[in-house]
Amino acid sequence: MTVAERSAPVADEPPQRPRKGRRAWDEAPRWQIYLPLGIYLVFTLVPFYWILLFALRPTGSTSLVPWPMTFEHFDKVWNDRSFGTYFENSVYVGLATLFMTTLVALAGGYALARFDFRIKRAFMLALLCSQFVPGALLLVPLFQIFAELQMINSLGSVIIAETVFQLPLSMILISGFIRNVPYTLEEAAWVDGCNRFTGFRVVVLPLLRPGLIAVGSFAFVHSWNHFLFALMFLSNQEKQTIPVGLNSLMSADSVDLGALAAGGIIAAVPVVIVFAFIQKWLITGFSAGAVKG
Amino acid sequence: MAQAAAVAKQPAPPRRRRGSATPRRLPYLLIAPAGLLMLGFIAYPVLSVFYYSLQNYNPTKPWRNGYAGFDNFTRIFTEDPQFWDTLIFSAKWVVVEVGLQLLFGLALALIVNQTFVGRSLGRAMVFSPWAVSGVLTSAIWVLLYNSQTGITRYLADMGIGEYGTSWLSDTSTVFPAAVVADLWRGVPFFAILILADLQSVSKDLYEAAEVDGASRLRQFLHITLPHLKDAIILSTLLRAVWEFNNVDLLYTLTGGGPAGETTTLPLYIANTSVDAHNFGYASALTTVAFVILLFCSMVYLRLSKFGVGGDK
Repeated sequence: MTVAERSAPVADEPPQRPRKGRRAWDEAPRWQIYLPLGIYLVFTLVPFYWILLFALRPTGSTSLVPWPMTFEHFDKVWNDRSFGTYFENSVYVGLATLFMTTLVALAGGYALARFDFRIKRAFMLALLCSQFVPGALLLVPLFQIFAELQMINSLGSVIIAETVFQLPLSMILISGFIRNVPYTLEEAAWVDGCNRFTGFRVVVLPLLRPGLIAVGSFAFVHSWNHFLFALMFLSNQEKQTIPVGLNSLMSADSVDLGALAAGGIIAAVPVVIVFAFIQKWLITGFSAGAVKG
Repeated sequence: MAQAAAVAKQPAPPRRRRGSATPRRLPYLLIAPAGLLMLGFIAYPVLSVFYYSLQNYNPTKPWRNGYAGFDNFTRIFTEDPQFWDTLIFSAKWVVVEVGLQLLFGLALALIVNQTFVGRSLGRAMVFSPWAVSGVLTSAIWVLLYNSQTGITRYLADMGIGEYGTSWLSDTSTVFPAAVVADLWRGVPFFAILILADLQSVSKDLYEAAEVDGASRLRQFLHITLPHLKDAIILSTLLRAVWEFNNVDLLYTLTGGGPAGETTTLPLYIANTSVDAHNFGYASALTTVAFVILLFCSMVYLRLSKFGVGGDK
């Protein structure tokens, strides 16, 4: 397919697009956008406001504005309830899961996108089927495996489990991204003297950056948020992660609402930052990877 | 144009290049790490669950351990009313959650797909609960539903609901209360998936429809929906499986209570294995859940004619 052929239909289009005085589809009346969006925004933001309110106002206050402001809840949760330690553990788990998932899925995704090999269909089917396997229901055998590997109470067990359950989707997404990079680019790099690896690194990898950021952040957010693996595989309190810490705040005999709110905000801040950062890429990432993959 | 682009984007899988440094083994080497991890930590555990489902296995009662045949399964279907209760609740939970998420998620995606002032900020804000975990969602809604200082108290002041009730401990309100909490986090995710697919609808189609004088409703029904069909089918399916399997939210929000009112099948399984240590029976329950899930998915894909028709 030549460039000229490809651009031919564009040339056929009239330079002036017809408008019959009516709105195009993506120009609905303003109120039809702002009214429902505003209502939905209230539903979205009130819970966030509520947790902020509990975290910042003194215990016993029923004021609807967090004033006078206090940080006693944060201090208590971070120091007395060891959220500082949990936070550190969660960062390790999140980053390790991010790197392992991206690396392993990148290798696998490249194979799926660029090669035809005998077990490819079976492998794709396995990826799909794994989506039906409930991680929560495999806790007991997973526990036994990690006990066998002497990895109970080490963050490694959680990192492996999180990575494994992130892999199928990540691989499908990444192979979709790679398929979107024309193969001819790679072949051109080979002609210029690159081998497969350097060709991939120089030509494909830079183009994959948005997709990799989306997949990596997805893995990070998931492992940051996930709760059961850490709850089951880490019995030592020093090794726990943030969601488990939150859960223990909730199931305490007398729930300290201020502490719970402060812990919740500590849990939310990193993911909200990551999310604000990747939001745009995530949408393009999904449309490039998931739908065509 | 779209067709040409698609052709360009999907090169024929290359044959092995004679004389190049690429051995035939390369693809296998590349998928090996992923394959081994999945074999060891998904496939093997699944098989061992099947194995344990035929065993009496309870580490606290070792004298009873051993091969049990299909005893566990007969017990599930004939003597365990809790299995049926939790299964029915799971079905109700999944259908209500996924149905409402689809409805609101589609609406939300259509809205934020328009161009308007403050769109990126609006998107970031309405999508933000997606990043929040099940446990944190529970924490937030526990605060909101708290009978003393939650929003319920302020609503009661305005005449909505009764003063001092906790919606999570009342059997008549716990289900809607839990549904709303999960929707808060679930709708944005659905909206993101649908929005992603909306971006790929060709604008030309709408313009052509404009010229032909099609109303916006007709454009939605005849252009947007058919285009979204496969994405909707797939995302509802994944979502349903996920909502079925997910225990984070209900475990921490209601703990399955009050009075077992919100215990899903996976929650029941987790209780059976972790609290009651009855691994054999829990494995049998898991096997049944897995089969039900797989069967429902197949039926769903068949009925919805996934990948059939549509003019993508």
